Amino acid sequence: MSSLDQLFVEVTRSLVSRLPPWLAPWASMLATIGAIAAAAPVIMMYLTWLERKLIARMQNRLGPNRVGLYGLLQPIADGVKMFIKEDIVPRGADRLLHLLAPIVAVAPVILLFAVLPFGRNMVGADLHVGLLYFLALGSITSYAIFMGGWASRSKFSMLGAMRTVAQIISYEVPGVLSVVAVIMVTGTLSLVGIVEAQADHWFLFTPWGFVAGAIFFMSGIAEVNRTPFDMPEAESELVGGFHTEYSGMKFALWYMAEFLEAFAICAFTTTLFLGGWQGPPIPFWILAALLALLVGTAKSLALPARGLGVLALVALGGLYARQPIPSWIWFFAKTYVLVFVLVWLRGTFPRLRIDQLMGFAWKFLLPMALVTILAAGLWSLMPFPYGTVLAVLILAASYAVLVRWNRPASLSPRTYVLAD
Amino acid sequence: MSPEIDTRPQVETQTLEVNLGPQHPSTHGVFRMVATLDGETVIRLKPVMGYMHRNHEKIAEGLTYIGCFPYTDRLDYFCAMTNNLALAVAIERLAGIQVSERGEYIRVIMAELTRLVNHTAVTGFLLNDMGAFGTPLLYAFREREKILDLFEAASGSRMMCNYVRPGGVREDLPAGWVERAWEIVRAYPKFLDEFETLLTKNDIILQRTQQVGKLPQPLAVSAGITGPMLRASGVNYDIRKVDGYSVYPRVQFKVPLGTVGDVYDRYLIRILEMRESLKILEQALQALPTTSPSISPKGAAMGKAPRTFRPPKGHAYGRIEAPKGELGFFLVSDGSPQPYRYRIRPPSFINLTVLEDMCLGQKVADVIVILGSIDIVLCEVDR
Repeated sequence: MSSLDQLFVEVTRSLVSRLPPWLAPWASMLATIGAIAAAAPVIMMYLTWLERKLIARMQNRLGPNRVGLYGLLQPIADGVKMFIKEDIVPRGADRLLHLLAPIVAVAPVILLFAVLPFGRNMVGADLHVGLLYFLALGSITSYAIFMGGWASRSKFSMLGAMRTVAQIISYEVPGVLSVVAVIMVTGTLSLVGIVEAQADHWFLFTPWGFVAGAIFFMSGIAEVNRTPFDMPEAESELVGGFHTEYSGMKFALWYMAEFLEAFAICAFTTTLFLGGWQGPPIPFWILAALLALLVGTAKSLALPARGLGVLALVALGGLYARQPIPSWIWFFAKTYVLVFVLVWLRGTFPRLRIDQLMGFAWKFLLPMALVTILAAGLWSLMPFPYGTVLAVLILAASYAVLVRWNRPASLSPRTYVLAD
Repeated sequence: MSPEIDTRPQVETQTLEVNLGPQHPSTHGVFRMVATLDGETVIRLKPVMGYMHRNHEKIAEGLTYIGCFPYTDRLDYFCAMTNNLALAVAIERLAGIQVSERGEYIRVIMAELTRLVNHTAVTGFLLNDMGAFGTPLLYAFREREKILDLFEAASGSRMMCNYVRPGGVREDLPAGWVERAWEIVRAYPKFLDEFETLLTKNDIILQRTQQVGKLPQPLAVSAGITGPMLRASGVNYDIRKVDGYSVYPRVQFKVPLGTVGDVYDRYLIRILEMRESLKILEQALQALPTTSPSISPKGAAMGKAPRTFRPPKGHAYGRIEAPKGELGFFLVSDGSPQPYRYRIRPPSFINLTVLEDMCLGQKVADVIVILGSIDIVLCEVDR
């Protein structure tokens, strides 16, 4: 009986070991690449499903529920629809760039997953400079968006693209600075190293890590253009923003880039601040029992299906009862919690205006990110209680000061007359 | 509020002309704004309307007075009841018709329910314009549906009610209607509290709406602005108080007034007005007379059938405080069954005239929010 934790690793290894030795390294590389390339579209498709479902529940609706059980086949139906849509290129557009832009947008986002540790020993390539690689690839999207906006030859696209470039460049600064604290404390740029450094305590539970994590996550949301920072495609102003003039599969590619990058931001926040694939050693049977309970009480499933699901889960739980919950389950669970937060924000908040958005990056997030570097330094260099206390004090004080400074003087509570 | 002129040597920049509409996700219908932008700042804005022109006023000259009522439903499709009411008030002035007591109360109840529907929906749409992903709008629509159920029970139609008639209303309320209305009136404050929790103190909303699209009091008065927009600028002018029509003098309610006249004031004035409307509804439902000699228009003044209804020669202007502002109908009668001239004073259209004044110097994103805060329905603007 193999370990559930290393399931995927061992499957790959056993497949590769049967091949001739000269082929083995290539095959192992291809297996990883294939897995990532196949998983990315699936993740994207079900992210759209998840988002629609969650937002619908927040809005007293049901969301997709016609195609398949719980609307689970909806993404496939949408994909088919996108494929058979007419591909329209506006007159006077730069046809080559117009075609190239969505491709340039998607490719680097898929490449991001290469350095992401999905679980213990589950990483495509453990680069020494994994973090730099992530930061570099993440910002390529702005080129793609500007290409798309420029090539569309539409004012809405152009305005949207200009906004995006300004926004992405601005938010990269606090985003990168918040990561500096992590690099300082761990002393490595390798993502696997950073995860392993969080074995004792996730960085989220340190004073500097909490703030830096929040800044990183917020900058990430801004970089992937999601509410409340979805300025580039502010549909109430700019129709569709940079992708106004896109249709069919090209449009789907834009969406794929956006959703995958949103997922990547959540995954990297997990890796950098939430301990990645590390988790408390809870035995696997508890998870299996919880899932069995969930399936058993799902009213919309047919009774035989429920029984079968419960049986399978109980058998699985019994088989691996003593083992801890596998690392890759921890990784995906944490990532999807962050995805939920992303959707939740989208369901709740209106969007900021472009100037307020820039002000937020430069006047609030940037100084706050600089303070986290100081706090991280104090935390790691001073002995335990003093460093932590000092870091908390500095962070709280600068937060209070920055909030006060940033609040426009014009905002005021209003008094109202109730006249006769 | 013109942008400051920078005299330092700088990069040559061009202005950009952007056409918002007539097919645009947030112009609230087929409305077009030609905005000239300097960067993101609006330096000129030309509203283009008329895409929805249906020749309503001219068509009405060929219809009987009662025949005009279904057409008024289509003016401001959120507020069919108040549109009917305004025309009925004008016809009653023209022909000197008395309204039955119960009829008056039913009209006030319907008018205030309409105000709830309109203000709830417009607040939801305003938030959509600010970029909220539909959540406030759908919360608003959930409540709106409940009131539309009431309209359906009384009039047979959810939106195109065609319910109010000169002298009263078309049909009496069905059995159990008052109880259902009570349920909604009692539950509504809870919804408003929930709605306000989501919105009133939300920092993003404060930043997006405060000091945006300010309408100064003198401009509001001289441009003939009415309704919540005027009151948000601090002018105490509510036709329910000024004219004291129907049973409004008999109920206790206040008129909320804003201080700054920006988008935030317009939003909050609407919320406060809904709370006042609920007070009116409570009193009206309490005082609703149980018996009535006549509700339908088959009174003495009407002749045998509505078709033969002939008001005396003359003219009359009847107006009410519709949810969007002063809705008035000017009628000229030549003694025939059809109006000789039929003219509407639409609040949406007149409130829209100050759009450019409010938008100059603001960002392009604010234009959409300001437009949303005016509360227009294009069918009423273009008629």
